[in-house]
Amino acid sequence: MKIHLKFDYAQLTKKIIQEKLTDLGYKFNIIGFGEFNFLEKVPLAKMEELTAIFNEYGIDIVENQKSVLVQKIKDAIVEMVHTDKALNIKSSVYIAEKLNLNYTYLSNVFSEVTYTSIENFIIIQKIELAKNLMIKTALNLTEISIQLNYSSVAHLSTQFKNTTGMTPSAFQKIIQKRREVAQKNN
Amino acid sequence: MNTDFINICLADDDEDDRLFFTDAFDELKINTKVSTFNDGVELMDFLHHPDSILPNVLFLDLNMPKKNGQECLLEIKKDEKFNDIAVAIYSTSSSEEDIELTFINGANIYIKKPNDFERLKKILSEVVTLNWQYHTSGLNKDNFLMRM
Repeated sequence: MKIHLKFDYAQLTKKIIQEKLTDLGYKFNIIGFGEFNFLEKVPLAKMEELTAIFNEYGIDIVENQKSVLVQKIKDAIVEMVHTDKALNIKSSVYIAEKLNLNYTYLSNVFSEVTYTSIENFIIIQKIELAKNLMIKTALNLTEISIQLNYSSVAHLSTQFKNTTGMTPSAFQKIIQKRREVAQKNN
Repeated sequence: MNTDFINICLADDDEDDRLFFTDAFDELKINTKVSTFNDGVELMDFLHHPDSILPNVLFLDLNMPKKNGQECLLEIKKDEKFNDIAVAIYSTSSSEEDIELTFINGANIYIKKPNDFERLKKILSEVVTLNWQYHTSGLNKDNFLMRM
């Protein structure tokens, strides 16, 4: 006996997604068109479990979502470093609250996409801001370290050296000389 | 970054160093495409060719026949179409004069060639990830200076 089947793919996928998400035990709503929202925080381990379950059905969680998330994390960090510098809460708390997501999850996604850590990215941003202040303002390094919320000027110097491989004064010297050369050539 | 490739070029006349370099990138988890050139002339021909995909990071040995690293650096920095390339000097020289001069001439990174492979991998990984941050996070490239 030969039987022919006809599929409604949209209905089919919606049903699978609904069932699997219900099994997972977290509140969600389906937006349609291959999108759904979790209405509560989902730990990374659960996300991985879900990815594996979906893969069995040939459903992929689009990585791009992660890139979007990484961008949001970066935006939050830039805002934190540039405008909320005098902040007294820990950066992990700040970022988690800003994005309303679990920090461990955010931190894992960030490392996976950028091959660097959130902590390292914060340091890069702070050092960049320090460079800008060194070049564009008359502030000395001590004043910059205070403005960027470092515990001491030595702490800033050490972090600068670790990130760039050179001391703040060596950096300033090179930028200064580059300017002199550029002026001579004009 | 996980689906994109980072394009890397290296110009170095020493075959062992080129091999050491490509092996190091093969072992990194970062997706890269590495092209190598035997001297400065070969490199500049490639960069000037209209069909070439320009690298995100270019590693330049200083001592090369025909056209040395400093000459390549000056030529690259003169041409606006190469503005987006981060230039890393990759040399055995640790002379402060060499280092300062390359930075003043516009190099972004100075790497003293390490002797052990693990150290090289660590350096290259740091350089490429930091460069990626400059590339994707709107940082000011003029301030991109790094010495390893």
